[in-house]
Amino acid sequence: MKQYGYYPGCSLERNASAYDKSTRAIAPALGLTFNEIDDWNCCGATEYISLEKLPAYALVGRNLALAAEQADNGHQLVAPCSACFLNLRKADRYLRDSPVMARQINEALAAGGLHYEPGSIKVRHLLEIIVDDIGYEAVAEQVQAPLTGLRVAPYYGCLIVRPAFDGQFDDMEYPTTLDRLMSTLGAQVVDYPVKAHCCGGHMTQISEPTALELIRRLLKSAADYEADVITTLCPMCQLNLDAYQDAVNAYFGTDYQIPVLYFTQLMGLAFGLSPEEVGIGQELVDARPALAHIGAVEEEAPAARRRPSRKKEEGLPMPVMPEEKTR
Amino acid sequence: MNPHKSNGAKKERIGVYVCHCGSNIAGIVDVEEVSRWAGEVLADWGVVVSRDYKFMCSSLGQELIEKDIQELDLTRVVVGACSPHLHEATFRTACANGGLNPYLCEMVSLREQVSWVHTDKEAATEKAKALLAGGVARVAFHEPLDAMSVPINEATLVVGGGIAGIQAALEIADSGFPVYLVEREPSIGGHMAQFDKTFPTLDCSACILTPKMVSVGSHPNITLLTWSEVEKVDGYVGNFTATVRKRARYINIEDCTGCGICEEKCPKKVIDDVFEAGLGYRKAVYRPFPQAVPKYPVIDTENCTYFQKGKCKACEILCPTGAINFEQEDELVELKVGNIILATGYDLFDARRITQYGYGRLANVFTSLEFERLSNAAGPTDGEIVMRDGKSVPQAVGIIHCVGSRDKNYNNYCSVICCMQSLKFAHLVEERTGAEVYNFYIDMRTAFKDYDEFYQRVLHEGVHFIRGRVAEVTDAARLPGEEGKLIIQVEDTFMGEQRRIPVDMVILSAGLEPRSDSTEVAHKFGISCSHNGWFIEKHPKLDPVATMTEGIFIAGCAQGPKDIPASVAQGAAAAARVLGRIQQKELALEPVRASVIAEKCSGCRICNDLCPFNAIGFDEEQQISEINPALCQGCGTCVAACPSGAITGTQFSDRQVKAQLEGLLAFATMSSEPVAA
Repeated sequence: MKQYGYYPGCSLERNASAYDKSTRAIAPALGLTFNEIDDWNCCGATEYISLEKLPAYALVGRNLALAAEQADNGHQLVAPCSACFLNLRKADRYLRDSPVMARQINEALAAGGLHYEPGSIKVRHLLEIIVDDIGYEAVAEQVQAPLTGLRVAPYYGCLIVRPAFDGQFDDMEYPTTLDRLMSTLGAQVVDYPVKAHCCGGHMTQISEPTALELIRRLLKSAADYEADVITTLCPMCQLNLDAYQDAVNAYFGTDYQIPVLYFTQLMGLAFGLSPEEVGIGQELVDARPALAHIGAVEEEAPAARRRPSRKKEEGLPMPVMPEEKTR
Repeated sequence: MNPHKSNGAKKERIGVYVCHCGSNIAGIVDVEEVSRWAGEVLADWGVVVSRDYKFMCSSLGQELIEKDIQELDLTRVVVGACSPHLHEATFRTACANGGLNPYLCEMVSLREQVSWVHTDKEAATEKAKALLAGGVARVAFHEPLDAMSVPINEATLVVGGGIAGIQAALEIADSGFPVYLVEREPSIGGHMAQFDKTFPTLDCSACILTPKMVSVGSHPNITLLTWSEVEKVDGYVGNFTATVRKRARYINIEDCTGCGICEEKCPKKVIDDVFEAGLGYRKAVYRPFPQAVPKYPVIDTENCTYFQKGKCKACEILCPTGAINFEQEDELVELKVGNIILATGYDLFDARRITQYGYGRLANVFTSLEFERLSNAAGPTDGEIVMRDGKSVPQAVGIIHCVGSRDKNYNNYCSVICCMQSLKFAHLVEERTGAEVYNFYIDMRTAFKDYDEFYQRVLHEGVHFIRGRVAEVTDAARLPGEEGKLIIQVEDTFMGEQRRIPVDMVILSAGLEPRSDSTEVAHKFGISCSHNGWFIEKHPKLDPVATMTEGIFIAGCAQGPKDIPASVAQGAAAAARVLGRIQQKELALEPVRASVIAEKCSGCRICNDLCPFNAIGFDEEQQISEINPALCQGCGTCVAACPSGAITGTQFSDRQVKAQLEGLLAFATMSSEPVAA
């Protein structure tokens, strides 16, 4: 069993409870134990750090200090939410770089009887530990109901691969770990060109037309590639794509009906868990029609791929990718 | 304190010469004071004369030294001037002309180590005195040395058969001396053979290259070894032994007529990712291109059906002269040569690394080398500029400059050729397809003869130029008119706004990188690479084709990105340097060398791998290390590293270095005022 400290963050208790539920549901199969940090607080989300640095870092610092104090959970802290992940990682890095700020934060933490030694906790994203610590092969071993025939658009959002505050686990501009993970589950992964583009974040509250345009781009591209489902790893992304889909349709006169699921939900389904066990049904754009044909192995993969196949004799050969070469 | 007395040296008669170097030294160091001080204070150490002069390296300056040697009977000379790298040879010659052994001269660097690096005049003057004191103390322990002389083998090894290597080989061979030209691929020609047109004149690359290739192939003085690689190099300048692996071609070349039937009949087709840059096919038995030199094909065993599955032999059955020989084996050939020219070329930057440009993912994104093949009349499409489907003609084409160059994430340097190459592409696309062409550039760099005129010409042809680094190439359509296109997202820095340009085809002008194995090759030949892998020349301006290792020269892109004219010039320059050597017949070598004191050597072999010039071997019988004096460059690494102090260097013996340190330190305890005798 691999032990990790677990920081769910606010979203996973509310709108993204399906993410939390499915994460906990797949953990045993992967040999993961998540020990939730006792008495954790809000990470400050994306706004606070740009408003008031010191209290914002103190807020994050408290979570790091608690994680360090409860380090019998292991010195690694897993955050499934991209914003929490980024804030925790960013704070740890800044505290390491700035002894002055580290001293100030620790003065604040001392009021609550806490102390944090920068660098003593390694912050990881949930996707990162699944692909790096568990590995695709171990995931493949758990697949009992492959997602054959399900066309999945893997959507990373902007926060998990950049900026690289403490090393980087995937390409900044065109990440592929989630793609590989989805193929491992048997899904048909579409090469989703906007996979690392912005979902609009909280722009929905400030300038709705801007946010709707950003969301539209993501939905349009998924529709162009005939994706049955978009999979994501961030509560913010899921919320924007799912909850604002109707608004996009109304604003642009479109008719998108693309369910947006957390990657852990799809993992759970592939591992043979029931839709209820992984929180399917909590999404606003109903995922059930799309999931209806999972398991129909005989069903031919949809032929409507827009890209020319790679080895058409009459055309020019496509460049060979390094992975294909080594295979 | 007098270091000489403490070391029991005999009293030498030393002359000290302090150079102003115009204002280079004199601007910071009070040269006259230093000279006066040395003459007075160091008189006790044997200084009999001390002078300063505006330019010591001038003939008048040198004559000053020569005259003093003769008139004042000097036995040692110390020159305080620039770095010994620059003028040590000059002052040694001056000593020799004056009748003194040239190695009894010591140079003290008052420019590179003092005036150029300090601003405080007073402190700099004091430092100059201290360094000079060290030099005077040291010179007394110099030994007269005689230059070693080695014979030069007339033959030359040229590694790499691209245009630089071809030029070098032909220049030497035409002068009547033997050349071995070793090439890794089945044919010579290099990257230039892949191109269709050459900038700025747009003359056909093959038309100007193939005559040279043919000359190499038929030259009586050139032994051509293709499909071969240098495995090992022993020896030293004038007397290298190179071991070359001639890989089995599986063709008896005595019988092969180069008719090409084997290639035609071979049933196995594979993607040619070398010559065709992955854009076309070749057979398992192949010549990379019709004008290949030599004309003999090779069998690629990894793809040959017979070698993989044990049957087929179509080529053997159908060869009219019975030239196919499946039993052939690799051959090791030993070549004795006097000099070596490395012209190993470059690799193209792997455009897959910039994921946001989509190469390898988006079908109609091409690399510059792919486009060269696409536009080449002998290429996979017979020169028709079409998209990856092999038939559609693009209506709009984007050319992205600086892909992998001038980018701190990949390579900081400019790849030199990309601007001109991109202009050439723009012209060809415009001319052959009438498509709208967009160039995305950071700066246009069109230096050199007739290059900017070509840029003007392409501008007038109506090609668009957008200044800005491309953010992304995507097929995610967003706006009307983008459906089914590749969209280039870029900040137009002239307009100050983001633009999205829909095109059908994107060409990535990928940068040049050192060969992936350049550091191993450098190590094999005992030369150095820069941190990014280019071979390092002896001097970036004044000695661009020599290396720090005697007898090894470099030419072409192996030294850094350059275009065809520059590669040819370097190939010819390297040949001229080699020819100069050959014609001397003998080469005088610096006698500044390290040697092993056999009784002290424990045989630990620490020094063996440290030597950057591969000059140290191991005598198995006596179990001691041995230094080959012809290979040793006198760097002193081994001297410093030897744990038993068993290695000593002429001109940098412990005694000399200690005396220098004592001299330096003695200065600290001495007053600047003249010491009463």
